[in-house]
Amino acid sequence: MRGCSHRGLGRFLAGKCVRMAVLVLLVSFSAFMLVSLSPVDPLTANVGQTALGSMSPEQIARLEAYWGVGTPPIRRFISWAGDFFRGEMGTSLLYRRPVALVIQERLANSLGLMAAAWLISGGLGFGLGIWAGAKKGGMADRILCFYGLIMASTPGFWLALMLLMIFAVRLQWLPVGFGVPVGVEAEAVTLADRFRHAILPAAALSLTSISSIMLHTREKMIQVMESDYVLYARARGESFRRIVWRHGLPNVMLPALTLQFGAVSEIFGGSVLVEQVFSYPGLGQAAVTAGLGGDVPLLLGITVISAWIVFGGNMTADLLCAAIDPRLRQAQRKGQTS
Amino acid sequence: MEQKEKTPLLAVRHLSISFTQYKRWWRREEQQAIRDLSLEVGAGEMVAVVGSSGSGKSLLAHGVMGLLPYNASWEGDIFYKGEPLTEERLKKLRGREIVLVPQGASYLNPLMTTGEQVRQGARDRESRRQCREALERYGLGEETESLYPFQLSGGMARRVMIAAAVQRKPCLVIADEPTPGLHLEAAKRVLSHFREMAEEGAGVLLITHDLELALLTADRIVVFYAGTNLEEAWAGDFTQEEQLRHPYTRALFRGMPKNGFQAAAGAQPYGDNLPEGCVYEPRCPWRQEQCRQPVPYRQLRGGRVRCWRDI
Repeated sequence: MRGCSHRGLGRFLAGKCVRMAVLVLLVSFSAFMLVSLSPVDPLTANVGQTALGSMSPEQIARLEAYWGVGTPPIRRFISWAGDFFRGEMGTSLLYRRPVALVIQERLANSLGLMAAAWLISGGLGFGLGIWAGAKKGGMADRILCFYGLIMASTPGFWLALMLLMIFAVRLQWLPVGFGVPVGVEAEAVTLADRFRHAILPAAALSLTSISSIMLHTREKMIQVMESDYVLYARARGESFRRIVWRHGLPNVMLPALTLQFGAVSEIFGGSVLVEQVFSYPGLGQAAVTAGLGGDVPLLLGITVISAWIVFGGNMTADLLCAAIDPRLRQAQRKGQTS
Repeated sequence: MEQKEKTPLLAVRHLSISFTQYKRWWRREEQQAIRDLSLEVGAGEMVAVVGSSGSGKSLLAHGVMGLLPYNASWEGDIFYKGEPLTEERLKKLRGREIVLVPQGASYLNPLMTTGEQVRQGARDRESRRQCREALERYGLGEETESLYPFQLSGGMARRVMIAAAVQRKPCLVIADEPTPGLHLEAAKRVLSHFREMAEEGAGVLLITHDLELALLTADRIVVFYAGTNLEEAWAGDFTQEEQLRHPYTRALFRGMPKNGFQAAAGAQPYGDNLPEGCVYEPRCPWRQEQCRQPVPYRQLRGGRVRCWRDI
């Protein structure tokens, strides 16, 4: 049995890898097509109209070659994809550094931010959702529902602006932006500094994403509390607390896990806007800069990395559910024997 | 009736259960599901409440257990061992002295093994031994304990829940439709387990739609129709049509395969359009003017009937 399920896992992972490859190919291709269709002229965007006017035709031709203006889009994509398969992500045209390095640096900043937002929104959202759903119609439930609906209809960047105005500008408790203090040497930046700079963006990100996980968990919890097996547990004299703990939590956990790992993409998308508002030097901000400046290698690099992370999140959810849910465990074993 | 002298284990008097519903968003409407229902269960006795699907039988079980949904309300009196069965008392008795055996596997937590559910999470030696014994008594081996509900057959799931009930040594067992979906032999076997519990001194309230199976095991039959009881008869009364007291029971009798399989015309009324008087009046061959008025539940030939006529 053991060996069987290992082989099952192997096949499962192999299947996922193929899907992943197809996904990355399609995502990078569409991102590339979008950039090449975009009306932004990399020369005007990065060099400026006035500077271009004062240049000689030879200089302009050199710049055009650098930004790849004359080359047909398909040829550029194929040459990028060829390099990418050899493990070479190319050089960022804007930062004049290897794309891999830029992404690495930016990802380190963003990852902390996104992980914090993801954990906070997941943990809080799940807990509050359980609370609201278990005591449906109660005071806590009504307040949480109100909060959830307000937050679900609030754009993340607007909330970020509000936080910025209140906590950074009015109260001056927290810094206005950037990942580190301005005018301080790189070596002198402490971890506490970095933490202080991440608080507002992380709050903006998590406050909005709490609502979706909370409302979904609440809905599921209500279903569970009205289920036959909870009725039976009550008939057997189990206390409310025990019912929530023994029957509610495990049965709500599965859909909540799937949802929260799926929410990785939302947090990723939200981080682009929030980082922009706080001028936070993360991946999201780099993506915006690359997109507006026509920095194709960097943009494609970021696109691929994002696809990986989102895909990885969903795959983790699948794996966890298969490990937790006895019905799925059995289905996998059955798939092996037949 | 003989049971009258002793205090019955469970006595339900004039129980009505209704639901509050919202129709077209703002109109609040009371929907009566059970109306003026009375019955008694003595210790060591098995009473079957027999009625067709949708007549509100399960609500009776939930009502006695104090597990009605939040939008339901009830009136009437429920006595247990001679004293009113209050919410306070129920809290102490539920799952200990009074147990519910529900319909099927959907009443088991899908993510928890059978053994853990029978033991209700207890891990000590004594509980393990009790659980093993209870399962063994119903022909379920040790391996059953590690199975999840979706891996149980319908009959196994029922036996698991019977085992869970029995290990508490209950005084009152309420079995809500324990037989649907089982083939005849398995259903008979499940019912015989309830009979055993009655033999051992517990009162058993069996709620079922299957009159023939109920007759095999129960002492008394309460005929349930459109939210109320029309007759209370001894199981032995069902040997002859003339001994039965209500036209509906007689129709049921004639509907049984061995008695001619004749279906009575018409259908059971539901919820909103219940008649003012006798609920069976629209289908009754003997109907008369006074049937439009509420009919009292009265004694007749050692049983009880909700009908004006002595038939």
